[in-house]
Amino acid sequence: MLKKITLQISHGIHKAFLFLTTGKTALICAILYLLLSFLLVYASPRSLIAFLMFLSAILLVYYLKIDNRIKFSFAVIIALILIPIFGVRNIFYLEVIFQISVFSALALGLNIVVGFAGLLDLGYVAFYAVGAYLWAIFGSQQLFMLHSIPGTQPATDKFFLPANMFYLFIIGGVLVAGLTGVLLGLPVLRLRGDYLAIVTLGFGEVIRVLANNLDKPLNLTNGPQGITPIQRPTLPEPILNIIRVVLNPIVGHDVTIGEFYNLFFYLAALVIVIIVIVVARHLDDSKVGRAWTAIREDETAAIAMGIPLVRLKLAAFAAGASFAGVMGVLLSASRTFISPESFSFMQSIGVLSMVILGGLGSIPGVIVGAAVVVVLNLQVLQSFSLYLSQLRQSEAVIPIINFAWKNLSNQLDPAKYQRMLFGLILIIMMIYRPGGLIPAARRKRELKADVIEPIEAESVAEGEVNHGSA
Amino acid sequence: MRRIVISPVLREILRPIGQIIIFVSGSGAVLSALLLLIAFLLRGSAVDQATFEHNKIGIFAYTLVNLPQVLIDGVTIGFVYAAIALGYTMVYGVLEFINFAHSEIFAIGAFVGVEILIALDNAGKLSGLSIWGAYGMVIIAIIGGMIASGGMAMLMEFVAYRPLRGAPRLVPLISAIGVSFFLQDAIRLTESLTTGQFNRIFPTFGNFSERFTLARLGLAGQVVDVNIQYKSVMVIMAAVLMLVGLNYLVNATRLGKAIRAVAQDRPTASLMGINVNRIISLTFLIGGSLGGAAGVLYALKFTKIDPFIGFFPGLKAFTAAVLGGIGNITGALLGGIVLGMLETFAGSYLSIFTMGAAGAEYKDILAFAILILVLIFRPSGLLGEQVGQKA
Repeated sequence: MLKKITLQISHGIHKAFLFLTTGKTALICAILYLLLSFLLVYASPRSLIAFLMFLSAILLVYYLKIDNRIKFSFAVIIALILIPIFGVRNIFYLEVIFQISVFSALALGLNIVVGFAGLLDLGYVAFYAVGAYLWAIFGSQQLFMLHSIPGTQPATDKFFLPANMFYLFIIGGVLVAGLTGVLLGLPVLRLRGDYLAIVTLGFGEVIRVLANNLDKPLNLTNGPQGITPIQRPTLPEPILNIIRVVLNPIVGHDVTIGEFYNLFFYLAALVIVIIVIVVARHLDDSKVGRAWTAIREDETAAIAMGIPLVRLKLAAFAAGASFAGVMGVLLSASRTFISPESFSFMQSIGVLSMVILGGLGSIPGVIVGAAVVVVLNLQVLQSFSLYLSQLRQSEAVIPIINFAWKNLSNQLDPAKYQRMLFGLILIIMMIYRPGGLIPAARRKRELKADVIEPIEAESVAEGEVNHGSA
Repeated sequence: MRRIVISPVLREILRPIGQIIIFVSGSGAVLSALLLLIAFLLRGSAVDQATFEHNKIGIFAYTLVNLPQVLIDGVTIGFVYAAIALGYTMVYGVLEFINFAHSEIFAIGAFVGVEILIALDNAGKLSGLSIWGAYGMVIIAIIGGMIASGGMAMLMEFVAYRPLRGAPRLVPLISAIGVSFFLQDAIRLTESLTTGQFNRIFPTFGNFSERFTLARLGLAGQVVDVNIQYKSVMVIMAAVLMLVGLNYLVNATRLGKAIRAVAQDRPTASLMGINVNRIISLTFLIGGSLGGAAGVLYALKFTKIDPFIGFFPGLKAFTAAVLGGIGNITGALLGGIVLGMLETFAGSYLSIFTMGAAGAEYKDILAFAILILVLIFRPSGLLGEQVGQKA
């Protein structure tokens, strides 16, 4: 009975989904919804609900069943026109979208290791750190200070490398992080799943401890104080002036160089994410991807089928690591400051919770997971904290238990409880929906086999009965 | 020759004590010999000169003079690791699953124990105690920590692991990581809601922080006092008691037999009339309460605790369990002692041996290095014949 009801509900959702995504009406509705949400975000740059509407509008457009060229032009309009406009109006939104892009790339990288190849990597953030420190060391004045104690000011204001070497280091980040992935992968790949997880956790911690302590004997990382300033690539002034002519009247104020940098890094992150998505999709559909799936499902059988186990596992580590490395380079340039704090175990688990929430092995799922976790972290928890602190200042009282809000401890600050959020995501998803919010296509087929088949079987049986009676 | 016949009960109590003595003295001797060999080889090098400039004695003499004290500290922390490692190893033996949240079970034990003592302190019960009264209070705190941790471990198993039994191996592990993170913040929330800060300090009472001289040795032409804190003695005594008790429970009681049966073959054990779910719950209860007791001992030894204290001791204890052979109680003991000693050696000598280039800050990652080496070269651990096939 219960099963039938849930089936009915899921069919209902499916129908509603079809209705929302097919046909001309749906297209027009989606456009209107997108424009409405954009106007709301534009008009009230502080509203969380408007921003969530905008994100959901993007998701709706993604699922529209229309010609791919139209969809592509939608994407271009959203990414290059709509987001920059309200992003410059309220730089916080741009930051949120930048972080969504960064974490999407990280989550996609981890998804290759965990989702495709089935190797649980708990130290993934180490590769991010490798990329970040690569540009931080070469793109700052750190190399002039190898022999001085942390905290001393450099003698010159000259940088070691010109700022535009950044573009070269984007490639460098891919290579170095990939190489690190291979090096870390080599000794541990013989290990079975759960041991591998703990050992990779160890590697993550090793990288963090090294970053913390390599200020002696040679001051390479400047220790816990971190490295700053790190160069950003130069932006050509003439082009900025041209953009200003268009953007200033729409935004309503003179666009500063800092805002241009935010825009630049947003676009750079977007380009990298798109490349990462394309690479990940191609990997998933390739011979390598199928071999990874085989390894994930049954290692012994995969070996028996002639799959070169070690080489493919190393490839998964290297591919995943390189995605993180490139984002690390981008991060250190965009923040101009890097410290070991940013690469803790919690960050690794944060990325893991994005992958688990979205769906292991599912590319759109992982991106949605990254978006949800970033929005929860940066916006929902923050605004909840803000709301609580407002309540604390008011004279309000909780009705039934007669507890005054102002007596509430200052420590009850939801924005600080990310670990709890990550933990809850991991537990709840593992128990109730191990496939994630948007299960991978292959997994969906497996799940469908359980759910849809009874109906088909029933209708077939009925058909046979009818046939027999006729 | 006549075989000495002793009753099996006595044997199960005496055997682990013998093992402990052998492990402590054996690993202490082997590791000290290695350390002294390194120091001996470094004589005459730049390291030797640097040590001489700082300490007025050569590297070998310096190592030798400090060795007894370092060994004592190593054994103390080693017993704490062994007590935590028991929880990992028991759960692994029964379910073949790394209970990642065991480190938070440890932290919960520490917090409950310290909170009990703080409450007693606020009630004025801790002042003017006799020495035995002070020990009694610590024992109350340990028991409180054991009950809370054991209960939490059982609850955790029921909520987060039982629904996932039979799922692929990584699924419960991911859930366990989630539980671990959730509990860290849950502890922080509870602690900070009551007083506004989440650190706790072990109240000072009794004579735990005082030292007494264990031995006076003549080493390298100097008279060296080997001191030990009363609390270290307490930690060692309590850990030995727990190890002996657990060994007795697992090897000489009906319950222990059931636990071993479930560990060997769950379906068959269930066919033999063993309530597998109950045994698994009890395993979590036992492992958790040992972890909780270890938490209180840790708080006693290191005084200051915060909600994240579980992480490193937990990982090190897991390393200890793997080093000794996971699933093997004796192995956990040996692994804990060896790891504790290695870590204190690293903490005390690394910066001298490398002339300050790498110091005690690397001792936390030493455990990972050991873990990786063990897993690569001897995944079944030092004593791990029993689980050779499983691992």
